[in-house]
Amino acid sequence: MMASSYNAKEEDGHLSGTPGPGVVGADTSKKPDNTAFKQQRLPAWQPILTAGTVLPAFFAIGVIFIPIGIGLYVTSNNIREFEIDYTGLEASSPCFNCSQSYSWNNTKPCTCSVSFTLDQAFEGNVFMYYGLSNFYQNHRRYVKSRDDRQLNGDTSALKDPSKECEPYRKNVKPIAPCGAIANSLFNDTLALYISSNGTQIEIPLSKKGIAWWTDKHVKFRNPGGNNSNLAPVFKDTTKPVNWAKPVYELDTDPENNGFINEDFIVWMRTAALPTFRKLYRIIQKKGMTPTLPRGNYTLLITYNYPVHSFEGRKRMILSTISWMGGKNPFLGIAYITVGSVCFFLGVVLFIIHHKYGNRGNSSDIPS
Amino acid sequence: MFKEKPHPEEERKVRANDREYNEKFQYANNCIMTSKYNIITFLPVNLFEQFQEVANTYFLFLLILQLIPQISSLSWFTTIVPLVLVLSITAVKDATDDYFRHKSDNQVNNRQSQVLINGMLQKEKWMNVRVGDIIKLENNQFVAADLLLLSSSEPHGLCYIETAELDGETNMKVRQSLSVTSELGDPNNLAQFDGEVICEPPNNKLDRFCGTLYWRESKYGLSNQNMLLRGCVLRNTESCYGLVIFAGPDTKLMQNSGRTKFKRTSIDRLMNTLVLWIFGFLVCMGVILAIGNAVWEKEVGSLFQSYLPWDPPVDNFLFSAFLAFWSYVIILNTVVPISLYVSVEVIRLGHSYFINWDRRMFCQRRNTPAEARTTTLNEELGQVEYIFSDKTGTLTQNIMTFNKCSINGHAYGEVIDTLGAQSKRGQRLDFSFNPLADSDFCFFDQSLLESVKLGETLVHEFFRLLSLCHTVMSEEKSEGELVYKAQSPDEGALVTAARNFGFVFRSRTPSTVTVQELGRPVTYTLLAILDFNNIRKRMSVIVRNPEGKIRLYCKGADTLLFERLHPCNHDLMNVTSDHLNEYAGDGLRTLALAYRDLSEQQWEDWAEQHRSAERATDCREDRLAAVYEEIEQDMMLLGATAIEDKLQEGVPETIAILSLANIKIWVLTGDKQETAVNIGYSCKMLTDDMSEVFVINGHTVQSVREDLRRARERMMESARSRDGGKEEEMEGWVEGCSLANGFSGGGGRGADWQRQQENKQQNPVPPPLPPSTLLDSISGDFALVISGHSLAHALEADMEQEFLDTACACKAVICCRVTPLQKALVVELVKKHKKAVTLAIGDGANDVSMIKSAHIGVGISGQEGIQAVLASDYSFSQFRFLQRLLLVHGRWSYLRMCRFLCYFFYKNFAFTMVHFWFGFFCGFSAQTVYDQYFITLYNIVYTSLPVLAMGIFDQDVPEQRSLEYPKLYEPGQLNLLFNKREFFICIAQGIYTSVVLFFVPYGVLSQAARNDGIPLADYQTFAVTVATSLVIVVSVQISLDTGYWTAINHFFVWGSLGAYFTILFTMHSNILFSIFPNQFCFAGSAQNTLVQPVVWMTIALATVICIVPVLAFRFLKLDLKPQLSDTVRYTQLVRQKKRKPGGRGGRGASGGAGGLGGGAMGRLGRTGSRRSGYAFAHQEGFGELITSGKNMRLSSLALATFASRHSASWIDTLRKKKQAAQPGGGESSPATAPLSTSSSLLGPQDPATEEAANTPLGPACSSAVTPTLARSPGADSTGGWAISLGAVQVRVYRGKCFASLTPYLVLVDTQ
Repeated sequence: MMASSYNAKEEDGHLSGTPGPGVVGADTSKKPDNTAFKQQRLPAWQPILTAGTVLPAFFAIGVIFIPIGIGLYVTSNNIREFEIDYTGLEASSPCFNCSQSYSWNNTKPCTCSVSFTLDQAFEGNVFMYYGLSNFYQNHRRYVKSRDDRQLNGDTSALKDPSKECEPYRKNVKPIAPCGAIANSLFNDTLALYISSNGTQIEIPLSKKGIAWWTDKHVKFRNPGGNNSNLAPVFKDTTKPVNWAKPVYELDTDPENNGFINEDFIVWMRTAALPTFRKLYRIIQKKGMTPTLPRGNYTLLITYNYPVHSFEGRKRMILSTISWMGGKNPFLGIAYITVGSVCFFLGVVLFIIHHKYGNRGNSSDIPS
Repeated sequence: MFKEKPHPEEERKVRANDREYNEKFQYANNCIMTSKYNIITFLPVNLFEQFQEVANTYFLFLLILQLIPQISSLSWFTTIVPLVLVLSITAVKDATDDYFRHKSDNQVNNRQSQVLINGMLQKEKWMNVRVGDIIKLENNQFVAADLLLLSSSEPHGLCYIETAELDGETNMKVRQSLSVTSELGDPNNLAQFDGEVICEPPNNKLDRFCGTLYWRESKYGLSNQNMLLRGCVLRNTESCYGLVIFAGPDTKLMQNSGRTKFKRTSIDRLMNTLVLWIFGFLVCMGVILAIGNAVWEKEVGSLFQSYLPWDPPVDNFLFSAFLAFWSYVIILNTVVPISLYVSVEVIRLGHSYFINWDRRMFCQRRNTPAEARTTTLNEELGQVEYIFSDKTGTLTQNIMTFNKCSINGHAYGEVIDTLGAQSKRGQRLDFSFNPLADSDFCFFDQSLLESVKLGETLVHEFFRLLSLCHTVMSEEKSEGELVYKAQSPDEGALVTAARNFGFVFRSRTPSTVTVQELGRPVTYTLLAILDFNNIRKRMSVIVRNPEGKIRLYCKGADTLLFERLHPCNHDLMNVTSDHLNEYAGDGLRTLALAYRDLSEQQWEDWAEQHRSAERATDCREDRLAAVYEEIEQDMMLLGATAIEDKLQEGVPETIAILSLANIKIWVLTGDKQETAVNIGYSCKMLTDDMSEVFVINGHTVQSVREDLRRARERMMESARSRDGGKEEEMEGWVEGCSLANGFSGGGGRGADWQRQQENKQQNPVPPPLPPSTLLDSISGDFALVISGHSLAHALEADMEQEFLDTACACKAVICCRVTPLQKALVVELVKKHKKAVTLAIGDGANDVSMIKSAHIGVGISGQEGIQAVLASDYSFSQFRFLQRLLLVHGRWSYLRMCRFLCYFFYKNFAFTMVHFWFGFFCGFSAQTVYDQYFITLYNIVYTSLPVLAMGIFDQDVPEQRSLEYPKLYEPGQLNLLFNKREFFICIAQGIYTSVVLFFVPYGVLSQAARNDGIPLADYQTFAVTVATSLVIVVSVQISLDTGYWTAINHFFVWGSLGAYFTILFTMHSNILFSIFPNQFCFAGSAQNTLVQPVVWMTIALATVICIVPVLAFRFLKLDLKPQLSDTVRYTQLVRQKKRKPGGRGGRGASGGAGGLGGGAMGRLGRTGSRRSGYAFAHQEGFGELITSGKNMRLSSLALATFASRHSASWIDTLRKKKQAAQPGGGESSPATAPLSTSSSLLGPQDPATEEAANTPLGPACSSAVTPTLARSPGADSTGGWAISLGAVQVRVYRGKCFASLTPYLVLVDTQ
């Protein structure tokens, strides 16, 4: 960047009057090219904010946003959602006992059941979620504590997991799946019963289709390909510390076992926020009757997952779905608000423009 | 550069022809090296240099931080990719620069020179020349090193050099060797020469040399007169020999060229401050988040350990917080993106190219385009408040043309009709009857030629005088091809005029002058030259014509000449005087001419007195003056001449436009006061409308102070009379001021405030005003003329504030007779106290100091030397291009840079601060919101090009508008577009955007589910949503900011969006994941996220929430408080709409007419009553040179046959003669030879002239000059501008109008 001001070339350039070799080239014109680009005359669109463009824009936003907002709000309101907290920290709670004995490796599973009533019938497919609060799945150290190569079925990564998995990388033998995320896999099991005439009828829960298609088919793969017998593949590895069973015993269905177990995949897709819900099961719609009619239900929980230590909460959520997804009042309200504000702004600006605007007269340009 | 000298040289000893002896001292050899690197050292040295930049080191530091796993919140490549990119771009640029330096060094080092080695002349490369060598130079060769002139082919050891490279002066200078060495004519003798020179160490003083030659037991003093400096060119000298004293880097040329001071723009400085603030901000954010981390880890994290234990070295929450701080520093570092500096450089480079490419700053005649020699100052061109201009060669062409004359009361050359608006200039006079006529000469008044042809005696006598009374030398290269070498261009013009009208000065000898009078050669005997000097302000010759009659011809300043006329001239004098007034009013330089017949007796008597005066040893000057005075009496007036010191094209218009743009123009010139004032008038800096022109001419501190005080009082008075309300304060202040000499002013007043005051001038001003602000509020038209010796006092520490306040209150300031150093001091003064951007423009070496010290230096190229250009930051060949450089390029550069910076800070804050908000939701763990590739690419791919395109191409109003409304320039001067306030607004907008970008997706996604029931609140979906919203929001924002959508802008904006989505889908593709599963763990996110309507609704919502307030604010600002540029832009739009039905009708006319802007003024519309346009850029002493015959290279001559028509050139002729004539003889006293060209004469100024210049003009000569736009109502087809310009200007601009094909319509305001 520092330039020496002496430049011998320039010294030569001045030799115009001197006879000598190499002083030709003076006759070639140095006139710059007359191109629109070089002369900064490129044709251009020069937009300008005028009342004629800005005010209609505001009104247009208002006109577009308010109906959309109303639509969203109505749709969202039509969605049935039911949520129940079964953490059991209160002594009155049926799960109080289970919540007090927190340990990962309880040989005897602790079960508790929570009863609830649905006031309105749930139509269409009903989705069952578990929700956790105050659980920092988005913590930096947590997020990175996984080995995607291992989860993608790479056998070398199976034997030698990534360093990111520390301290859940090796427990004498390499851990599969390694890392803090896998280690903390949510392992409560939930079952739903409907009370009809005093008998509890279990509602069938489907565990297929709860994970992203890409996750199930691309991102997660068992090592050794489509081998239905996974035990030999994982034989040199050990299960995560907190798990009761090794990874190849997550399910009996070979399509849902090992790394491609959908519950596992869902868990591995970390949440963005400390309060989150994850899809647990789907209650398929059957025929014309409501999937979940009005009535009394019982949720049977196999309580394995301790959240007491970090003041977490556990919830079970039942929800229906519309074209635009689950219940989401925020979006509708936000659209209505923004649309109204824009409309209002449009009116205000219109008034201001007419009262005080001094734009129309171009004669006030001082010369 | 890297050689370390053990201790600085104290004196230099050089022995001729003794390399062994000289080698002991290890003097530098003649090899120059301006390059910085070679192939091996390039990488380390360049990297070392680059890491001296704080920014680069900072990023290196970040890189190292990122390598620590506990801290690393981002992968190392997010920093290294941009860093490597930046470093390599800079390195490539440095390498190319250095390559060219190598090339030019090589070229120079390999030039051939003839060195005397062992008594033989040998060809040597320049780089092999050693100190102590004797080298031979031939005509027109460059001097290879600083030489002591030993001998020359010319008599008396004289030789001629041109020093244009060195000091910019084009006139030839004479150098002379010591008489002892000049006798060593041939190489053999020189080879024996073993003198030793002891002299000063290398230094950079071009006009000084001090040394001693010891030879044969004698001492000889050496001065600059004996030196040939590197960079000079030998002229008119066959050959010469010189002893190398300083070589290579020690030469004065190289010593002078040192490293140029690295200039920075005010935006640069502001930017650096802001970057520091941002660092502070960054640390604050880091601390806040670290505290958050500590609290979180203590309250939550410690409990959460069963799921997420602390990393091994972390054992408590405090240590974790410490690490979190650094992690956040890494994440948040993008608020100061590394690409900022690179982008700024790229934009400036683009602007520089636009300057280089501008055809309207290309000078056809000299074939020189404008050149931005530094690429770092462009935006400062849009902020200039003070221009310091040289006069000669900058405002003027330094070409004098014989314009008008008055002979015996009859005025010739008046060809402008009374309206003054249009020219009736007919054909140029046809001088074909005269074979010796100069074809370049033009004159338009037929009657003068007719008078000559009719043989009017007085007209003949007039031209005879012009052809005889001068000190011009003629050179006749071939028959009829006369070339005049005039010491002053005025004289050249007069002699050329006489030549064309048939009185051709052909040749001269010391005692004769041969003139071809209407085809008939006549040889006059030159009896005496009564030389010019500053006091006499006239010169005379006494000649004897072939008939034997003796006549004295005199030309000089009218004021002095008129006193010495014979009383019978009274009537003629009055008429001529009227003519002179007229000429002076036109800004012409006038001379009065007179003659006197002398009888033989008178001559004899006087000659006797003259001889005795010449022989006198004491007070020779005074005696001579008295003798001259005696003979120059009772003269008969012949008439007067008017010479136009030709202004450069468009100078008055340019000055008018620039001053309308609130730029103050100060002329700093080495010229005499009269000349300077004259030019001031002719370029409309000074006008007759001015309330008063103050002349400060005192020689003592006291008188200067008195003058300044009086000037201020007068200004106060006028302000008072205009505005009674302020009276009392003024009075109070004037008194206070006269009591206290030079208050140590409050330097730190911002320009803004002053301006406000200026605007408020009509309102009552609050009482406690600093005095200078009061002065600023004076709006009368005042001008200040100050001469060099007064300036010397005025620049002293205790008076400078006083001077500055006075000068800044004036509309125009002219400093005359200033030295180069003073020029720089004046610039420094304004720079220091006014906090304003200064620009210095000049063409000669005397302007170099000023050019270097001003914020921006502009060199006029293609005229005198190139020293000024070399020192300058911008160069072009015409002063008038300055308006384009400032008002168009500068304004745009400033605008673009400001918009760029605003947007740049905005987009990075919007980008980065999202992490801050996310920190509160992720346990302050320094988890990023975005994918790391997004972070890497955001600044270098997704958002860089649209903003670069805006920074390079944006225009708010078309170029001709900014010339038409010079007021558009003001925001730059007031620094309105990017200052701390604007910065905070940008930052606030950025933070607002980041809040929206985080919390809108947060609100929506935290509960939302896809339509297959899967929740959307997973981290990757969230990241993709926020990133996409961000890219869209900043793209919409740049679309709002861009005012000039060229195809390139479209391409970049849409292309960036396209690139974002393309890269996003690629990065998230299954294929990349299957190859590198750990690197591309976002596989599938894009596909899964961006098909969700909810996600797009979130993005739309976020965008609207971000943009609507901005839109509303901008609209309100435009609607309620529109800037001038907005109004102009709007008007343009309205006109365009109106124009559309009419099609392309008026397009052609619009082009260059904008250039007229406020410049529509009558070039000749003023009739002045001011006297003395007298000017004569002449130096004393040439008369003596001529009569002594010294510069004619012959000492004793047989002159009778000299006037031979067949002589090819007087030099050759004389050279031939010289062979026969014996050398020596004549009076050769080199010591006293007045060859010095330094014009240090400071004669006392003529009181009469001064008074005349002071007198304000009566109301009669009111303004045809007011620089307002005249808009023609009817709008004819050629362009609707009625311009009351002189004919020439109109023609020029018309031509331009037709030539240009700008796509903008404008111009005709049909209302």
